[in-house]
Amino acid sequence: MAPRAEPRGFGAALVALAWLPALLGIAGMASDVLHGTRYFGSNPIKAGEHYFGQWTLRLLVATLAITPLRGVTGWQWLGRHRRRLGLFAFAYLMLHWLTYALLDVQLDWTELRGDLAKRPYIMVGMLALALMIPLALTSSAAAIRRLGGARWRGLHRLVYAIAILGVVHYWMSVKRDVTGPLAYAIVFAALLAYRVAKAVRDRQRAAPAA
Amino acid sequence: MSSRPKDDVRSSEITPEAHYLDRRRFLAAAGGFGAALLAVRGATADTLPAPGKPYGLQPDDKPTPWDDVTGYNNFYEFGTDKADPKANAQAFRTRPWTVKVDGLVAKPADYALEDFLKPSAVEDRIYRHRCVEAWSMVVPWRGIPLADVLKRAQPSPKAKYVEFTTLLDPKQMPGQRSRTIDWPYTEGLRLDEAMHPLAFLATGVYGRTLPNQNGAPLRLVVPWKYGFKGCKSIVRIRLTETQPKTAWNQIASNEYGFYANVNPGVDHPRWSQASERRIGEFLKRKTLMFNGYADQVASLYQGMDLAKNY
Repeated sequence: MAPRAEPRGFGAALVALAWLPALLGIAGMASDVLHGTRYFGSNPIKAGEHYFGQWTLRLLVATLAITPLRGVTGWQWLGRHRRRLGLFAFAYLMLHWLTYALLDVQLDWTELRGDLAKRPYIMVGMLALALMIPLALTSSAAAIRRLGGARWRGLHRLVYAIAILGVVHYWMSVKRDVTGPLAYAIVFAALLAYRVAKAVRDRQRAAPAA
Repeated sequence: MSSRPKDDVRSSEITPEAHYLDRRRFLAAAGGFGAALLAVRGATADTLPAPGKPYGLQPDDKPTPWDDVTGYNNFYEFGTDKADPKANAQAFRTRPWTVKVDGLVAKPADYALEDFLKPSAVEDRIYRHRCVEAWSMVVPWRGIPLADVLKRAQPSPKAKYVEFTTLLDPKQMPGQRSRTIDWPYTEGLRLDEAMHPLAFLATGVYGRTLPNQNGAPLRLVVPWKYGFKGCKSIVRIRLTETQPKTAWNQIASNEYGFYANVNPGVDHPRWSQASERRIGEFLKRKTLMFNGYADQVASLYQGMDLAKNY
């Protein structure tokens, strides 16, 4: 039977698990760059950039999986952790962007400006990042009260656009092998399909019987 | 007097096997959080002596460590990740090996690799290597000048281009089982480029036999061009009158031109080519025109618009 109540220590375990890749990633990259180890291979800055980008998508998947998972299992308490996972997704996106700007492009403004003006996949990625900032800023209970539930929900539907932009950004950035972006596209499509199907069902149920 | 060699290691300094195995187990566990973490390699061979005559090196150019040269490779026949070729190419058989030289030549022939190489003196040359993906290395190659084998085949006056073809063998090359590229991989040069004394056929690296992941047993090296021009595991060299179709150019001609000369002024559509990351270094370097070989090769392209002929 599904646990009706949240298992003890679940929240703490989730936070620890969400932190772990960040800590391993930072430690591995620092060791590679400073000491010449090869935890991230021969090009740790590029590999680390990709690593944090991958984890951003994984945390987005986890965030968007909460609602279907709750619906399927009936574990209502899962909903309590959605905000936290969303904020972790934002944190990984920041690590991805910082690796790009500080370590990869090394704050070369000409190149940063050129990338943003000329490279479609950078534009798509930056748009996703820009859209995620208001979501991170309005994640508190106080922000929900201030905005009102309906408006807050409307704003936070942007997460679907962000997920799609994230996959498009990834897809455009790979040279030839699209296995990775295709996998995320399928997972996000499934998570979206669940919501669409549920919305349709709810509407049919709400409609008066003819 | 004892004369203990400098690299002698006291037994107390040797990591006990149990710790060593623990570390492996830890890394394997950590690997679940990112395949990149599994790519751990020792720094043992980093200080190998790099034999060879330097060609076009800048004052601060140092040979890239063996582990990077042989562990960070683009060789899609063995997988698309940089660590895949080393992982997947170890069982690849490079003997017996036949190289076909044909097309517009007076002396077409199928050579056993040994006979193909025998007439030329083997040389060690240290070249700069610039990948189209904006990373670079310095590689001590071993091999023979490409012009040697072309001259022996006696190109006909009609021959204008040289086409190179990689082995097609999906049984041995797992990457060829998916259609990332229209296999077999082909590359090409204009005949005058191919006859240039810098154009090289590598059979080794660091004075050793070429590792499979680097394109064994025979791999093209054209140091003033992006690395993808360097056709690997070559089975055929064909001289043609018309420009041959080349693998990456067929996939995305706006991103990968036929010439593919290193040029900091012509961006790849998805990134700038003005600078590069030398593997093993943190700060980026400025990319040099023709990868630093402008004095030797610029004359090949006189009067050409290199922004158009990228």
